[in-house]
Amino acid sequence: MLHTINKSPFEKNSLDTCLRLAKPGSEILLLEDGVYAAVKGTAVEQKMVQALGDYTVYALGPDLKARGIEEDRLIDGVEVVGYDGFVDLAANSDRVQSWL
Amino acid sequence: MSDAAKKFMYVNRRAPYGTVYALEGLEVVLIGAAFDQDVCMAFIDDGVFQLKKGQDTKDSNMKNFSPTYRALGDYEVTKLYVDKESLEQRGLGEDDLMDLTYEDEDDDYNEKPSIRIVSRDELADLMEQQDVILNY
Amino acid sequence: MKFAILVNEGPYQHQAADTAFNFTKAALEKGHEIVRVFFYHDGVNNGTRLTTPPQDDRNIVNLWSELAKEHDLDLVVCVAAAQRRGIVDEDEAKRHGKDANNIAEGFRISGLGQLIEMGIKADRLMAFGD
Repeated sequence: MLHTINKSPFEKNSLDTCLRLAKPGSEILLLEDGVYAAVKGTAVEQKMVQALGDYTVYALGPDLKARGIEEDRLIDGVEVVGYDGFVDLAANSDRVQSWL
Repeated sequence: MSDAAKKFMYVNRRAPYGTVYALEGLEVVLIGAAFDQDVCMAFIDDGVFQLKKGQDTKDSNMKNFSPTYRALGDYEVTKLYVDKESLEQRGLGEDDLMDLTYEDEDDDYNEKPSIRIVSRDELADLMEQQDVILNY
Repeated sequence: MKFAILVNEGPYQHQAADTAFNFTKAALEKGHEIVRVFFYHDGVNNGTRLTTPPQDDRNIVNLWSELAKEHDLDLVVCVAAAQRRGIVDEDEAKRHGKDANNIAEGFRISGLGQLIEMGIKADRLMAFGD
């Protein structure tokens, strides 16, 4: 199952709720302001490192780029995908939950 | 309900009145009822506030749509899952929620509660069973 | 694979409309089918042809119209949400005694049933919003 998060973890609780309710083995895609959760050295880094043990975490490349986030600033293990990768993730999951 | 029915879950994570999502989300549920699918609703995070008893919008001049939740049973929307942790975080218990019921046609039309308080694991399992998840 | 796209926010206010557009375009480029794009909540504002962004910015409404023309997309604006927000086509304008309509090319106004129906028909429903 694919979960998407488009909220900054510093503003909304979408990341927390997703991590609470997503089953281990799920895919999580960070997009829009959600990509800030993928960055190293933030207050949510530890939470994300832990999440990477249970989930495959992706960040949407165009949204990272728009926000000036270089890929070497990302937490190890976070995979970067484009819109085509987003489509593949959605197509390959049985269902999609967008934590709007 | 036909065999081909899909499982729809309407996920509500917003409080009523502050934004229009709860009201317009409810409109989708009511229209969707005509399509004879296997429907349930989930109330998570601030979504649990939608079910709070005693909503009165008289002095704020807004439309009070809370009575509509009482009609859900008549639309055969009978599974309203409420996230226990979200309730507790907000200082709410089951007694703070509206008393929502439906008549169970498979059980001599006995009146049964529509609201079911569920744990995070139960909710996670339910989500994994859905075909379509709509969020407001 | 058949995708259904739900857009819950207006253009410019929130990135959701851009993300939905980029996803739809990428899905089409990969050979997937788009059953319908349904605009709900403030998403109905994607369907007004009176949108006039500054020249150095993208025109999201036109982007949808062009994509719809190119791929024969079904762009549906929810009637109830549209009425609240003043998006009308010719018929709606007549019915409610309005002096103008503003629906953009390639969009049509219809009921919420179209949202449920696309959820039934599609393999995946993708929701974009705030």
